Amino acid sequence: MIDPSETPSGKLVPGKSILVLDNVSVSFDGFKALNALSFVVMSGEMRAVIGPNGAGKTTMMDVITGKTRPDQGKVIFRDYHDLTRLDEPRIANLGIGRKFQKPTVFEALTVLDNLWMALKANRRIRAMFTFTLSSANRARIEEVLEVTGLTALRDDLAGGLSHGQKQWLEIGMLLVQDPDLLLVDEPVAGMTDAETEATATLLRTIAKSHSVVVVEHDMEFVRALDVPVTVLHEGSVLADGSLDTVQRNEAVIEVYLGR
Amino acid sequence: MSATNISLRLLGNDTGARVFLAAIIALTVLVPILNVAVPPDSPFHVPTYAVSLFGKYLCFALLALSVDLIWGFCGILSLGHGAFFAIGGYAIGMYMMREIGPRGVYGHPELPDFMVFLNWTELPWFWLGFDMFWFAAAMVVVAPGLLAFVFGWLAFRSRVSGVYFSIISQAMTYALMLAFFRNDMGFGGNNGLTDFKDILGFNLQANATRITLFVFSGVALIGAFALCRFIVASKMGRVLIAIRDAEARARFVGYRTDMYKLFVFSVSAVLAGIAGALYVPQVGIINPGEFSPLKSIEIVVWVALGGRGTLYGAVLGAISVNALKSYFTALAPEIWLFLLGGLFVLVTVALPRGLVGLRGQLARRRANSGALKPKLAERDPAS
Ligand SMILES: Nc1ncnc2c1ncn2[C@@H]1O[C@H](COP(=O)(O)OP(=O)(O)OP(=O)(O)O)[C@@H](O)[C@H]1O
Ligand SMILES: [Mg+2]
Repeated sequence: MIDPSETPSGKLVPGKSILVLDNVSVSFDGFKALNALSFVVMSGEMRAVIGPNGAGKTTMMDVITGKTRPDQGKVIFRDYHDLTRLDEPRIANLGIGRKFQKPTVFEALTVLDNLWMALKANRRIRAMFTFTLSSANRARIEEVLEVTGLTALRDDLAGGLSHGQKQWLEIGMLLVQDPDLLLVDEPVAGMTDAETEATATLLRTIAKSHSVVVVEHDMEFVRALDVPVTVLHEGSVLADGSLDTVQRNEAVIEVYLGR
Repeated sequence: MSATNISLRLLGNDTGARVFLAAIIALTVLVPILNVAVPPDSPFHVPTYAVSLFGKYLCFALLALSVDLIWGFCGILSLGHGAFFAIGGYAIGMYMMREIGPRGVYGHPELPDFMVFLNWTELPWFWLGFDMFWFAAAMVVVAPGLLAFVFGWLAFRSRVSGVYFSIISQAMTYALMLAFFRNDMGFGGNNGLTDFKDILGFNLQANATRITLFVFSGVALIGAFALCRFIVASKMGRVLIAIRDAEARARFVGYRTDMYKLFVFSVSAVLAGIAGALYVPQVGIINPGEFSPLKSIEIVVWVALGGRGTLYGAVLGAISVNALKSYFTALAPEIWLFLLGGLFVLVTVALPRGLVGLRGQLARRRANSGALKPKLAERDPAS
């Protein structure tokens, strides 16, 4: 199963890329969801990805996390692993965590159990029977409960949480999983303005010690993140740069307003 | 919040499990006493045939438990679990056939009667070793475990799940049934294995032997229950539930879900095999009918009736359905299947969480009439 040497180092290597997508194409029944997409995420960088509906943002995450196999192209993680050859658990254990567009938590488990499951730990079967929570991990879980505002709901079933709470729980699961690279798909969908603001603050804190890719439609939120932006359109990069730069880009305006 | 505390959270306030354990222990202890120590003319006397009948129920309960472990907790609906039960039964049956030795009808020193009848002159290779009890006992565990491992490996690795898995598991037991029906397979054809005389030198008809087999069945059930509780209460249990409800998601958190399913499926098959091995000496026969797809479906019905995802619900379902079956097949055998089908429909519609869910359902109804919302913790684990 998982070789211990593959578990994430957790270290940032400034100036190096953590993820490279090289000429990646995916088609569904002839329709190109990704079209020769090339895209680089630097170690320690947070990058926002925007683009109209159907631009291929979620598909890009599917390719990175092993859910979808591309028809062509390479996805290289930490200059070494070609993710297109690995499956989902292997990729997750290399240190890539994902928050889904539609919040998906384990509904029949309690909030605490959800965090417990996601906690960075040995995922071998044998380890399931000897697992004990170290005091560091216990403190970590408490901290994450606090940060996500779920302390009082810790023993509730995750299925009973509100949409926004599920979003937060899923972010909490990412936090305890502690991957090197976080892929966050539309984290503030369905959140109030105050929650959105809090999420932006949280992601910026996370970004101090992790590499992060955030997909979001909410421009206020993207502005609050204050990070470089990549615009996807029809499966390839249309523009990138600061939010202000891309918002002034003719092609981008065309795509967003021209139809 | 240590591991032990988390186990306690699952075990601690589960009165159902406690009541269940107490009942099974009491049954295991009381039935032999009522058979041996109470005079036959007393109304409390349990006759020997009833001891074996109860023993049979306990084996079915163990079988149902094995199905609940995978279905209730991991969402794997096996419609072929009868196969593992039958294989465990055949393994011990082969031992008991060899144990007959020269006492068979044809008096052959080594070959079982059916082989002499087929004009065979020597034992097939796969019958070697079954003259030793330890070997047969090992096969009771190894043969179903290995079959489940290979079958599960092929199915889970290629991500066969849901209905598709159910169908191929049914096909597996059906194929085995057809194979075991053939005389040249070397397992006694459609007559199967029977006319056993003794086990480890103890006469199978003797009271003491029957009581011992009954007690072993009870002990096996209690042990298996403890094992399943341990699995379910550990971190493994959470992963299984996660796989049941959102397998893809569990993969993205880094769990190799196919391996987890393979593990729990194999454990379950071994438990089913042990159930079969305890069953066969008590009923005195094993034949290919045990592989019949219908038998496997029946097991699932027991679990559904009792209430899945609780472990003790499966046991309750197996015992109550089989007690009903004994009663009705003596009274009016032709209506039994209709009755079973009707019961199943009734429970599916009226008691989605089975018999053990009844209490919670009543409590909820009362609470609802008091304009209270149902408590989250009472939600159907399967929904
Ligand atoms: N499994 C699939 N089968 C067929 N088509 C798909 C599949 N997944 C995605 N698509 C199509 O690929 C295109 C890209 O979808 P994707 O979900 O990546 O877009 P997105 O940028 O995430 O959009 P949104 O902002 O609406 O979430 C869409 O046209 C979608 O319909
Ligand atoms: Mg999307």
